[in-house]
Amino acid sequence: MPRVLLIEDDAAVRDGVSLALRRRGHEVAAAASGEDGLDLLPAFRPDIVLLDLMLPGKDGFEVCRRIRADRQLPIIMLTARGDDLDVVLGLEAGADDYIVKPARGEVLEARIRAVLRRTALPADGATGPAEPGPAPVETYGELAVDRAGLVVSKGGSDLPLAPSEMKLLLFLSATPGQVFSRQQLLEHVWEHSYHGDARLVDACVMRLRNKIEDTPRSPRYVQTVRGFGYRFGPL
Amino acid sequence: MKRPRPAGGARRTLLPRSLPRGLRARLVVAFLLVAAVSALTTAALTYREARTAILQRSQDTAIQDLRGQVNSLAPDLAVPPTREDLEEFARQLDRSGRARDWDVDVRYEGVADHVRSWRRPVDVPEELRESVEKRHVTAFQRVADRNGDPWLLIGMPVLQSQDGSRTASPLSVYAQLPLRAEEANVEALVSAAQNGALPVLGLAVVPALLAARGVLRPVRGLRQAAGRIAEGKLETRLEVKGSDELADLSRTFNDMAAKLEESVADLRRMEANARRFAADVSHELRTPLAAMSAVTDVLDEDADALDPDTASAVRLISQETGKLARMVEDLMEVSRFDAGAAALHLDEVDVAETIRKTLQARAWQDRVGTELPDGVRARLDPRRLDVVVANLVGNALHHGGEPVRVLLRAPEPGDGRLVIRIADSGPGIDPEVLPHVFDRFYKADSARARSEGSGLGLAIAMENVRLHGGTIRAANCPEGGAVFTVELPLAEPGAGGAEPSGAAGTRGEPADAPVDGPRGRGPAAPAGKADQT
Repeated sequence: MPRVLLIEDDAAVRDGVSLALRRRGHEVAAAASGEDGLDLLPAFRPDIVLLDLMLPGKDGFEVCRRIRADRQLPIIMLTARGDDLDVVLGLEAGADDYIVKPARGEVLEARIRAVLRRTALPADGATGPAEPGPAPVETYGELAVDRAGLVVSKGGSDLPLAPSEMKLLLFLSATPGQVFSRQQLLEHVWEHSYHGDARLVDACVMRLRNKIEDTPRSPRYVQTVRGFGYRFGPL
Repeated sequence: MKRPRPAGGARRTLLPRSLPRGLRARLVVAFLLVAAVSALTTAALTYREARTAILQRSQDTAIQDLRGQVNSLAPDLAVPPTREDLEEFARQLDRSGRARDWDVDVRYEGVADHVRSWRRPVDVPEELRESVEKRHVTAFQRVADRNGDPWLLIGMPVLQSQDGSRTASPLSVYAQLPLRAEEANVEALVSAAQNGALPVLGLAVVPALLAARGVLRPVRGLRQAAGRIAEGKLETRLEVKGSDELADLSRTFNDMAAKLEESVADLRRMEANARRFAADVSHELRTPLAAMSAVTDVLDEDADALDPDTASAVRLISQETGKLARMVEDLMEVSRFDAGAAALHLDEVDVAETIRKTLQARAWQDRVGTELPDGVRARLDPRRLDVVVANLVGNALHHGGEPVRVLLRAPEPGDGRLVIRIADSGPGIDPEVLPHVFDRFYKADSARARSEGSGLGLAIAMENVRLHGGTIRAANCPEGGAVFTVELPLAEPGAGGAEPSGAAGTRGEPADAPVDGPRGRGPAAPAGKADQT
């Protein structure tokens, strides 16, 4: 069962969420501060992190960046504020998803499963619209995408893509030139069965561009189709 | 004064232009009238006095001279005189009065025919002759000859001294002398008055304009300031100069503006405080709710294993926690709207698809009949549309009656509006309640004080529709049940948007297919009925 690291400063929420997740079979470790959470990380080796945004000392954005710096670990922001600014900042800091408090146990569970499904790419990554088939490594310009090995490299050096970024890139590059709306991307990449949030897509595209584009402001690989959505290429 | 013209111009041209309009024109005209009246009055009075004075003086001196001459010459006259004596007497008088240019005629009672005729033939009026010859008084009269030239006619009886008393003699002297010189003087006066008055009137325009400007500048300032206040620039103040009524008015205006600004600032502060309080309360409620919400499923699951009383207590807690969480969410949303922090994230979406997802996400697809034509695409905020549809359908399910129908009307080309109707089959809305259904926390039925929702759902739906620039209406169907109509303006689909949206349409088909199943299973009858609404 997935191992969840919960970083949350409020004791009641920590206990409540831990209880809810344990009852659903997760192994949960809880930390009361960002520093404690980062310390727990190497020993506990969680599959996913639930991260509160407003923490004493290091706040959630900082913790998120620190985790992202050396791990490809899915992160879900747990935020008490649903305001656009907080959500967008959280997503831009590298979170894969966000949950606005308060959330029912089943919602937490569903979102965790959705993010984990995305991370567990190898098994069902090939069920996407395009079968990689004979060419294990596709090259687009300077970009080399290894679908089987889940490695994206640019100019010979591997790129550290977060799970959502990787999945987004794989999905878009499977049909270069095809335009997808944010809603379609949400459904296919984020697998949200509920009504998702287009900001997830925008934030992820932005982070992805920062990693794969030469100049993120005038993107070459992931292009914006104004008023509709995004497409990969054509180069 | 230049700027207001365009605003009033259209109206002004409609009015007859015969009368001067506007304060400035009226002030100038009034000023000129006063100047004209005073100039004319002064001129008339001066003319009258001067004319009287001139004529009086010449009359007096003429009479005096004549009397002197007559007195000095009359004693030499033979009594009774012959015609020749009279002639000689008249000639002597004539000669003596050469300087005055008078013309003398002498009459003696009994010597009927007067010898010489007047050089200038002016008839002596009968009245004058009578007062001289019968009453023996000196008389004079101004007469005009046939040419219209003015003459002074003097008739003078000659008195004789007899035994110390003066008695009238039969001799009387008439003289006429021209008044042309005096008349010329008077005429000069008139023309001087005329020549003076017109330029003076012309010159009076200048002080009139200056005075009008002096009065009108503060008035104009006042008008502009009032306009700025009306635009919401409450910090507008007038410069107070002097201590006249206009200065008082400006001061009063400034006081008013200051009071207004103060009370508006007070109101804004109170409003901001109230908003912040609502937001703070909601935030603070969220943390405990986060803990409670996370474990309510645990309570629900375990309730079955508990004894009935504890089980119902546990279920109640679980339910109420959910309600409380929803209420806090709604409050947050409302406070965001109040603070103006709600932003639209427009995206081009398939409207039918979005509505279907809303119903699916809440597991309502079996309880709600739909009529959702495919291919209706619009640029809107899908999250907010979801809130609108969810709140309206939720309201219909809780307060109306099933079956609930959701209708999307495909917009006619060029219509520019997207219409979504949500109708229920309940008893409808009390007409008294109808205007208030979108009010916050409005309880339609005070007996049912605790309803399912937070009392904010419809208010939030309305705010979301408004944010899109659309409208929302509540009404009752003729065949019963309430119907909520949402109209959203369709943003002009960009020319470039046509190609990708077509591509997405084909792309979207497979995804739609599984969703079509439950939709097809929806009750057919309500959908048909909904068609008629």
